[in-house]
Amino acid sequence: MITFMNNSDSEEEPCNERTSLMSAESPPVPSYQDGLQTAEAGEAQAHRKRRTGSSRSPNNIADGDMSDSGVPVRESALENEEEELTLKYGAKHVIMLFVPVTLCMIVVVATIKSVRFYTEKNGQLIYTPFSEDTPSVGQRLLNSVLNTIIMISVIVVMTVFLVLLYKYRCYKFIHGWLILSSLMLLFLFTYIYLGEVLKTYNVAMDYPTLFLVIWNFGAVGMICIHWKGPLQLQQAYLIMISALMALVFIKYLPEWSAWVILGAISIYDLMAVLCPKGPLRMLVETAQERNEPIFPALIYSSAMMWTVGMAKPDTAARGASQQTWDSAEDGGENHRSPLHGDSQMPETRSPGPTRPITSFEELEEEERGVKLGLGDFIFYSVLVGKAAATASGDWNTTLACFVAILIGLCLTLLLLAVFKKALPALPISITFGLVFYFSTDNLVRPFMDTLASHQLYI
Amino acid sequence: MGAAVFFGCAGIAFGPALALVLLTVAAEPLRVIVLVAGAFFWLVSLLLASLIWFVSVHLSDREDAKLQYGLLVFGAAVSVLLQEVFRFAYFKLLKKADEGLATISEDGRSPISLRQMAYVSGLSFGIISGVFSVINILADSIGPGIVGIHGDSPYYFITSAFLTMALVLLHTFWGVIFFDACEKRRYWCLGLVVASHLLTSGLTFLNPWYEASLVPIFIITLCTGLWAFVTAGGSFHNVLKCLSCKQEDDSRVMMYSALQVPFED
Repeated sequence: MITFMNNSDSEEEPCNERTSLMSAESPPVPSYQDGLQTAEAGEAQAHRKRRTGSSRSPNNIADGDMSDSGVPVRESALENEEEELTLKYGAKHVIMLFVPVTLCMIVVVATIKSVRFYTEKNGQLIYTPFSEDTPSVGQRLLNSVLNTIIMISVIVVMTVFLVLLYKYRCYKFIHGWLILSSLMLLFLFTYIYLGEVLKTYNVAMDYPTLFLVIWNFGAVGMICIHWKGPLQLQQAYLIMISALMALVFIKYLPEWSAWVILGAISIYDLMAVLCPKGPLRMLVETAQERNEPIFPALIYSSAMMWTVGMAKPDTAARGASQQTWDSAEDGGENHRSPLHGDSQMPETRSPGPTRPITSFEELEEEERGVKLGLGDFIFYSVLVGKAAATASGDWNTTLACFVAILIGLCLTLLLLAVFKKALPALPISITFGLVFYFSTDNLVRPFMDTLASHQLYI
Repeated sequence: MGAAVFFGCAGIAFGPALALVLLTVAAEPLRVIVLVAGAFFWLVSLLLASLIWFVSVHLSDREDAKLQYGLLVFGAAVSVLLQEVFRFAYFKLLKKADEGLATISEDGRSPISLRQMAYVSGLSFGIISGVFSVINILADSIGPGIVGIHGDSPYYFITSAFLTMALVLLHTFWGVIFFDACEKRRYWCLGLVVASHLLTSGLTFLNPWYEASLVPIFIITLCTGLWAFVTAGGSFHNVLKCLSCKQEDDSRVMMYSALQVPFED
């Protein structure tokens, strides 16, 4: 467990899951059946379980095909349709990701601008041991680079550890790890956050009420994230824990180190996802071989996956990862359908179907959604939050970074539609964000301030 | 000062923009993407203009107030010209995207027309321009303070809000006219749009003599609005038809009754 109060404590162990940004197609359940390698497995979704607290957020964007289980494949027509559908769905998917990313950033910026706790210097993480309080610029730069190296190496080590765990099928260990970290986020960090917000607005709250509130929030959060729950509630919880994690980073990472770490992480993400021997890529490929999704709990999914086909009775309704989670929990010893039997398929649609399946025959289409790793949310929010915290009270910088990140996300999704394989979501957005931050803070701000002081408009 | 001024000025400045976005843009994903991308293009143009201004300031004598003011004017003019250049660049990009969307779609028509994109791109330029001009002023208006205590105009906030509103609307209209002019290769229209943008920006140099700056700017807004309306295909006839709320003949009524027949089977 990790406590997170003062300098001496270490941050929680970074998780090195990489959540992928990908369309949420569901690999058919038969993957859990021995020997049933369906041809329509399609691309595996490299879900990476992200450990909260990891400063790494590898995100793969993988695109899934529509042509999955159960849908009759009409070759050429389907391909054309697919292309068109990709584009049609493409715009919708971009918006489905814009909204949660925007919400997360709004929460972080609102907190930074109002609650002073998160902008006060109160110690550093154990992963960034070098202090930036030195008078000389060169020394400060050197310290921040060293901090970055340490942080990135920790992340690399944890990622490799995770890949090994996954390769050797230690699902229970990973599952337990995830549960512990989300417990900490949902209870401890929420308690701290609520405390600081109440302090800022000078609102008194007694302990029994506080206990009730935190207990309910945390318990429902655990259920929604790790088991089943309404989709929108799950999405809301994921956004909230991403925001909490981003706030922690904003508070505890020293200034220059934060920027260098952001840059280094996007380079690392790029390499880890695209290089042939990158850990993420290996994870994706392992998952693909085994035809199963990787740890679902820390990925933001924008749509439910419906069941596919009537033609395949054992193609159970693949709800979001939660189901596969259950099946994975069964230790993978028994490759039975995670739905515990075909007769129960309609019920096994996990988180939050808003429309219960009335008749199985109706569900012939797959709803394609996009998934984005929580690490992406966290790092986007860290960038925008840092811009809000340190840009001398200027809102223009925050807004410029916000637009830059959204455009980066848009471009990444465009590349996803073109390449149709796992792509990292960090590099383009973070690059644009960093460029816009530094240029807006140093160039645009004086210009706009001078214009505003004369009330000139351009 | 305080919340009243903040909400009032924010409402004045961004009310029309918010309404336009909520009613016309928010429901369509493609339009939202065009909106955000337009904001990005405007930001890049502002960045380049600020770079030019910054370099020129650093190369010049900081103490000379007149020179600095002159450089500011120069910077503003460069910024206006660059905004129009990037509007043209955005037009090129959207045209290409339109063609791409048309080829991909199954009926050969793209899901969003160039005119809609012109409108949304103008709106996006307007919103981001307005936001960048006024958001720091709005943030300051929440806090305590007295406006114009050193002899400046006490109407700073409200005139800024009105100017921002005018600017947002102007950019929307300019977007429509500009794209149409580029499409039909009417270069005099383009020149007129650029000239009116320069004129508007120049008029703000007359602040705080608000009668000379605000009133002409609003007149320009009105005229540009009418011009954009006509360019987009509007006419007095259309307005009458819209206001009289006449229903079109629905030919689908026949089909519905035709659909009833199979039920009997």
